[in-house]
Amino acid sequence: MTLLGGKKERIDRLGELAGAPEEQGRSLWVEALRRVRRNPAALVGAAILLLFVLIALIGPFFVPYDPTDPIGIENGEVRSGAGIIPGPSAEHWLGYDHQGRDEFSRMVVGARQTLWVGVVATVFGLAVGSLMGGVAGAAFALGGLWGKRIDSLLMRVTDVFLAMPSLLLAVTVAAILGPSLLTVMLAVGTIAIPIFARLLRGSMLAQSNSDYMLAATALGVERKKIAVSHLLPNSLAPVLVQGTLTLATAIIEAAALSFLGLGNPDSAAPEWGVMLADAQGYLDVRPALAIYPAVAIIITALGFTLLGESMREALDPKLRK
Amino acid sequence: MALLEVTDLSVRFARKGERAVTAVDGVSFSIDAGEVVGLVGESGCGKSVTSLAIMGLLPKRGVQVSGRAEFDGMNLLELKQETLRDIRGRDVAMIFQDPLSSLNPVVPIGVQVTEVLERHRGMKGEFARKEAAGLLDRVGIPDPRRRLKEYPHQLSGGMRQRALIAMAVACAPRMLIADEPTTALDVTIQAQILELLKELVRDSGTALLMITHDLGVVAGMCETINVLYSGRVVESAPRRVLFSRHRHPYTVGLLGSIPRLDAPRGERLTPITGSVRDVLPWPEGCAFTPRCFNRIDRCVGSPPNLEWTTSQHAYRCVNPVLDREVAAK
Repeated sequence: MTLLGGKKERIDRLGELAGAPEEQGRSLWVEALRRVRRNPAALVGAAILLLFVLIALIGPFFVPYDPTDPIGIENGEVRSGAGIIPGPSAEHWLGYDHQGRDEFSRMVVGARQTLWVGVVATVFGLAVGSLMGGVAGAAFALGGLWGKRIDSLLMRVTDVFLAMPSLLLAVTVAAILGPSLLTVMLAVGTIAIPIFARLLRGSMLAQSNSDYMLAATALGVERKKIAVSHLLPNSLAPVLVQGTLTLATAIIEAAALSFLGLGNPDSAAPEWGVMLADAQGYLDVRPALAIYPAVAIIITALGFTLLGESMREALDPKLRK
Repeated sequence: MALLEVTDLSVRFARKGERAVTAVDGVSFSIDAGEVVGLVGESGCGKSVTSLAIMGLLPKRGVQVSGRAEFDGMNLLELKQETLRDIRGRDVAMIFQDPLSSLNPVVPIGVQVTEVLERHRGMKGEFARKEAAGLLDRVGIPDPRRRLKEYPHQLSGGMRQRALIAMAVACAPRMLIADEPTTALDVTIQAQILELLKELVRDSGTALLMITHDLGVVAGMCETINVLYSGRVVESAPRRVLFSRHRHPYTVGLLGSIPRLDAPRGERLTPITGSVRDVLPWPEGCAFTPRCFNRIDRCVGSPPNLEWTTSQHAYRCVNPVLDREVAAK
């Protein structure tokens, strides 16, 4: 009986499958999105990021105190440098920072700055890197002898960038441009340029031997058209995934630059990396001041990584079901 | 003069530090307008390389192509890539083996078809889309307007191959090269696709070069059949002659390995012994010698010549199989 029952279930299942609505006009990307939605890790990542973006966008309008106002010192509750910084209370949920400012308000407002730095740095790295990688890849795949020369020139440039330790590279860029918010963004973005360039080029080279490239060539399609409408769209998936992952590292690296004192010199504008750097002088008195921004950075980076990894899985044809 | 006249075509792969391989070795054949010619042989015999060489699609580096491939008086092997790009898709088009991987997975079918129309016929926008829908309709794809918006993975295998054929015939080329067009398809779809190709040839007078390992495919289509072994033509004959009075032991082997409906029950297929790798280099004798059931001492020593017995039938063998032996087999 159980056997029959099992068979019946299987048949019902088959019936369900057969009756499933026909897929219509679904592109590779829509398919990938559907797979991402079914992945619990992706949902957790997306939830974290949604919360982070919401806080960054609308949080600053609802903070209880001005994040730059040293109310604790004015009220005599914080004696700067003397070692007494009050912890959480009903009025100040995360307590004061070392200058008597409301820590909770600073964390919320800092989210916006942190997101902004991460996004701009990543977009900068992605744009410049993809341009370099795209030109190199297209030149190599379709350009004959001269194409190969252009490719090796561009790739040697990226090799030079890759040869330097990333933080050292960022510090160099930041030192040349002088400390400012834009500097942090450019410095962090510069680190990502060679990664994007290499990745897109490699992906394009892998695609250049595919059958549809041969088929398009056999139909006499022009090389430019092949590069733009065949080679590029098929090579973009890993680059976009890397973009998500780079957002995570960009936030961490921006924090590191701020920590090293190369960040935004305007210490009145809260940013998690700057807050972490400021907190190090008070680790023995109020270690929590370092823990708040550190945990926030870790959770945000985790969110981006979870989403990026599940996107990679969803777009990888080898893992696709 | 024939539409395509291939004379003494050789392709040699010589990469630095690797042993040079002659994939195609002095192959000659010709195709007239409206004619269907078959190029038959096992994997690795040089069929696909021949077609890629004619289309100029082989990589430049490490590849030496010699001989002539005269299409309408132009030697395709000497043309510049720019000129070739104009000819490809417009005058000569190609259909590939695996329709799924030959279509761009991230671009809708319609865009891929209109691309060819834009390139060679200067069509644009709605006009091109209309023509593309007409083409899909012509190759037997139902509801072409809807299919134009779909992606390759949403079509069935047969439908994908039809779409590829639509792209190939978009500019009414004078010659089509079909490289194993039905290998990736199941038998019923195979028959439909072959029927479609036959129809296109009949209706438009296109010359068709069929490349296949399947003698069953050429039997129904090709007027002339060239059997390739290890890069050389070993037998060339009109279809009827090849199926009834073939001489080369390799052709005998190929025909013997096809299942037949009229064979007695329980009869086994006769495979060709050995594998494609058991070859003798042509300069040292007949490459088929190690696998040949009819070999004699004279097979080794010097390469056999392609002997023309009639103006249409030629074979490359010093000890050919005679009629009654074929009958006995």
